[in-house]
Order: sequence, then structure tokens, then C-alpha cells
Amino acid sequence: MTEWRYWLAEQRGTLIALGIFIFMFAIYITNHPAGLTPNVAQTASNKATLLALVAMAQALVVITAGIDLSIGSIFVLTNCLASWLVQGTPAETAFGIVLVLSVGLLCGTVNGLIVLFGRLQPIVATIGTGAVYFGIALMLRPLPGGSVNETLADAMTGKLLGVVPTSLVFLLAIVLLIWVPFSRSVAGRAAYAAGSSEQSAYMSGVPIRRGKLAAYALSGLLAGTGGLFLTFFTYSGEASTASASTYTLFSIAAVVLGGVSLYGGKGSIIGAIFGAFAFRTIGDLMFVFDLDALWQPLFQGVILLAAISFGSIGLLRVRNRLEWFR
Amino acid sequence: MSEALPMRTVKRIPKFLRRADPAILTAFGCIVALIIVGSVYSPSFLSTDYLLQQLKVASFLGVIATGMMLVILLGQIDLSVPWVVAGGAMMACAATAYGPVAAALAIPFGIFCGTAFGTLNGFGVAYLRIPSMIVTLATNAVAQGLMVVYTGGFAPRDSATNAMRYLATGALVPGVPNAVVVWALVGAGMVFMLTKTRFGRAVYGIGNRERAAYLSGVNTRRVVLIAFAISGGLSALGGVLLAGYASKAAQAMGDAYLLPAIAAVVLGGTSILGGKGSYLGTVAGVILITLLQSILSVIQMPEAGRQIIYGVVIISMLLLYGRTPSKG
Repeated sequence: MTEWRYWLAEQRGTLIALGIFIFMFAIYITNHPAGLTPNVAQTASNKATLLALVAMAQALVVITAGIDLSIGSIFVLTNCLASWLVQGTPAETAFGIVLVLSVGLLCGTVNGLIVLFGRLQPIVATIGTGAVYFGIALMLRPLPGGSVNETLADAMTGKLLGVVPTSLVFLLAIVLLIWVPFSRSVAGRAAYAAGSSEQSAYMSGVPIRRGKLAAYALSGLLAGTGGLFLTFFTYSGEASTASASTYTLFSIAAVVLGGVSLYGGKGSIIGAIFGAFAFRTIGDLMFVFDLDALWQPLFQGVILLAAISFGSIGLLRVRNRLEWFR
Repeated sequence: MSEALPMRTVKRIPKFLRRADPAILTAFGCIVALIIVGSVYSPSFLSTDYLLQQLKVASFLGVIATGMMLVILLGQIDLSVPWVVAGGAMMACAATAYGPVAAALAIPFGIFCGTAFGTLNGFGVAYLRIPSMIVTLATNAVAQGLMVVYTGGFAPRDSATNAMRYLATGALVPGVPNAVVVWALVGAGMVFMLTKTRFGRAVYGIGNRERAAYLSGVNTRRVVLIAFAISGGLSALGGVLLAGYASKAAQAMGDAYLLPAIAAVVLGGTSILGGKGSYLGTVAGVILITLLQSILSVIQMPEAGRQIIYGVVIISMLLLYGRTPSKG
């Protein structure tokens, strides 16, 4: 009887995010001139997957009560690297992918090492590392360009069996291969414990460092996967400040919409995926309602502001005013 | 007898040095080192003209970082800087379209718009208890949306008024740029507020522990609201100065100021967790970052190298003194 209640309480944020997404997507589809055809689903899921990968990366760090402002830079760096390496024969392409993903992993690990052993606050440490990663990206691609193995790119952004968007299957595979093992491992539990209360976790002998380092490293890996996917999407690499900062900011927004608490220890990567989907759908809603594209940023901003203000309804339930202050 | 010896060594160090924060000393040390390195490269680095020019450029970042510092002292952060800077500048320029009276009020109007955005931030943080990182992000998006709609709807007046140009590039006292005077006034006001007023005490108190400040009878929510409003106003003032300097307002003009403003405050020894820091440190941080950017561009370092060095400097300086105490 109480078993499912615990589960519900634990997954509340994720479920709300799922609800928001389904609601928005339903409005989108019912107003879309073509309806839910495989092509519409493919376009929507390709765009959403990019943001979802970055949001998942952010969520991993946020769960440990940290924040990663270098996510966008890792994303851009791996995009530039992939536009050099992921091409040629299948063997060369595979080698390039491994290299690109290792660079993502390495960037995340460096962030984790600086935060853990340098004992710097994540927010300022990742401002610094973000500048470095972006500089390297600029070195790789001073001008936009490059190319990618197009057969692979088309396969990854296409449809499986002519119906299911490949990018969605790809996301599902990542959840099953990375998130499920991680969240059930000791390191994964430690990451949650460290985010929830670092002192209690430390006193209970939880391996905080291992958990946090794993979270940062996997976060880099996921951001790198995002960069790789961007290359499949655009067939080229570009070191643009705008896309680095936009994706960093959007990743935070998606994580918040996805019910992951910025105070740490609450939420899941799956919530972040739905948060990202919902956030993208907000942007797309503009087009089906035939509003001027100029209004899109304002619309996105207002919806975001409304969504986060809605979250503070819980304040009304507070009995003791002291609980306002953490 | 053996105990007297270390006491005497300590006393030999002048009082102001003993009391100084090691972070501020390191930052000023790095400034001197940068000037020396620069002067080896080119003797013009030591000229008054060059240093005054740098101080003028620094004053834009200085004004913005002042607001950022106030918010960081509370243990919060203001990510809405980019579009509040741009918004303040664009609204000030926009006022010129509505006759001479509006043009005369352009500067106050720009600052007013920034303060309005800041108040929105403050309301979200203080009364709705939303983490500042999120609410300022959302405000930034709303400000961006408003500006995009505004500039896209009809051709905007984007050139700065003469008063704005004079404020940014003129010199009331010969030799001292007005922008530097503005920064000095803002800084003096901030120092007075932080050290001499109840508001300043409350800011430090909230930064240390908001619950304790609340239980001591401080209206913490009002203090937070006002601090965010001031930060928004100062960002807009920075935007107005920038627009005067470039003689027009542009959409992405504030983007380059968010991270440097945070970095300047933190390099100056203000704790990102709040409750600790002095304005002198922020001044040092602002000058340090401006000089670093200037030297890197003078030696014609490509943008890529600049970014890397910039990041490495921030991290290595923080590793020197910005570390949180170790546990256990």
C-alpha cells in the first residue's frame, strides 16, 4: 500500500514534467496541419534530442548539488572535434567517435577533479574550464566548416523501419546503458546522497568523492554525445559563442522544468529528458499558431517564468515561516 | 620569552597589511605583475594615457560588477546581466524618439527599466523562494524576448544621446574620464552602504545565514528584493555607459559582461556562498580582468588563446585562495 506512495513521491518531479510535455505536445500536434506523421515526429525528436542530451548532462551534476556552466562549451568542443574526425571508412569513423566521446569524458573528469580536489565552487570552476574548452574549440574551428560521415549522420537522424525516429531509440539506449546502471550503482547512490546532505553522507561513510567524480565524468560524456549528435544534425562544426551559452542556459531551464532540484539530491535524468522535450515544444508551439517568429524568445521566457513560479505554490502549505529560509 | 618572538615578527608587518585579505593582496600583486609584463613588451604600458584608458574600459565592467557583488554577498547570483545591460541601453536610446523632454530623461529611463527587471528577479527570489539562478535566467529570457520584439517590430532609434556619450567618453575634470568618475561614485556609494548602514549589515547577515538574520528581526525578504533591484539598475547603468561609449545600443552588447562580472567579484575574494567580501577586492578583480584582456589583445593573441589563458588564470588564481575549507 505505502510502497507505491514512496515511488510516487520520488518520481513526482519526473511525472509532472511528463505531464507538461504531453499537454504541450498534444496542443502542438492537434494544431499541426499535418498531424502526427512519422516525418513530424522525426523533426521534433531530432531537435529535442539535442537539448535532451545536454539537459541529461546538466542533471547529473545538479543531482550532486553542483552546476556545470561549461556544458555548452563541451558540447561545442566535441562538435568541432567530430567535424574533423568522424568521417572516412567505417573503421575510421568508429575510431573518431570513440575519440570524440573520450574527449567529452575527459572534460567532465577535469571539471570533477577541480571541483573535488581543488575544492572550488562548481559554478566558478566551470566558468573557468568552460572558457578553456571554448578556446580549444575555436582553435579547432576558427571558421565554421568540416564534414561528417553522411551515411551514419542520415541513419542517426532518420527513421527506424520508416516509423520510429532513430534519435528517440538512441536516447532510450543511453538511458538503459548509462543511467540505469549508474543510478543503481554505489557511485550513483553516493551522488544522490552527496546532493541531499553531504555531511550526513560523509558521516555515514558513503564514497562521496567517487560518486561526484562519476557524475561529472558521465556528464562530460553525455555533453560529448550531444556534440556528436549536433554534428550529425548539421554536417559541420562551428565554435559559436551563442550556441555554447544558449545550450548551457537551456540545459538549466530543461533540468528545472524536469523536476530536478537545484538544491541537489532530487529528480532524475529521465525528468530532464521530458523537461527538454517540453521546453522545445514551447518553442515549436509558436509555429503552429502562426505567430511571428519574433515573438518566440518572449513567449519562451514568459512560459519559463510562469512554470517556475507555479512551482512555488508549495509555499502556501508552509506552516512555519522559518521554512522559507534554508 | 620564546613566545614573544613570533609576536614581534607579526608586529613588524604594518597594520593594514596584517588586516588585509590575502585574496585582495594576490589580486593587486597580479595587477602589478601584469603591468610589469606588459611594460617589458611595450614601454607604453606605463604611460598615464594607457592606464587611464584601461581604467575607463574597466569602469563599465566595474559598475556592472558592483551590482553583481551585492547579489553574490547575499549568496545569490544574477544571470540576467546580459539582457538587462542591453535592455537598459536600448531603452535609453529608444527614449530619444519621443521628443526633447524624453531624450533628457533617457538615462534615468534606462536605469529605471533595469531596476524593474531587477525587482522582478528580487520578487521571485525573496517572495516566491525560487533559486536565484533560475529566476534570473527566466528574467533574462523575458528581457531578451521584449528587446527582440521591440527591435523587430519597427525600426528603433538606437543611437545614444549626447548626454550618454558625454557620460561615457567626456571628461569633466580634464584628464579624468567621466566613466571613471561614475564608477568611483557608484563604488563610494556601495562602500558606504555596505559598511555604514543597516542595509549593508543585513546583506552580510543574510549571506551568512538567512534564518539567523530573519530571527534577529531583519526583514530579509525586503533586503533581498532591494539588492536585486539595485543590481538590475546598475547593470542598466553599465549598459547606458556602454551605449554612450559605442554611441549606439546593440542586441548582444551585454553578453560579454556576465562571466567577467562574476569572475571579477570572485577573484576579488568575495565568497560565492555569500556573507564575505569587500568592495576593494571587487575593484582589484575588475582591474585585473580588464588588464588581462587588454594585454592579451595587445600582444595579438588569437581569440582561442585568449579564452584558454583567461580560463586558466581564473582557475589557478582561485586555486590559490578561493578554496572552501576542507572537511573532516
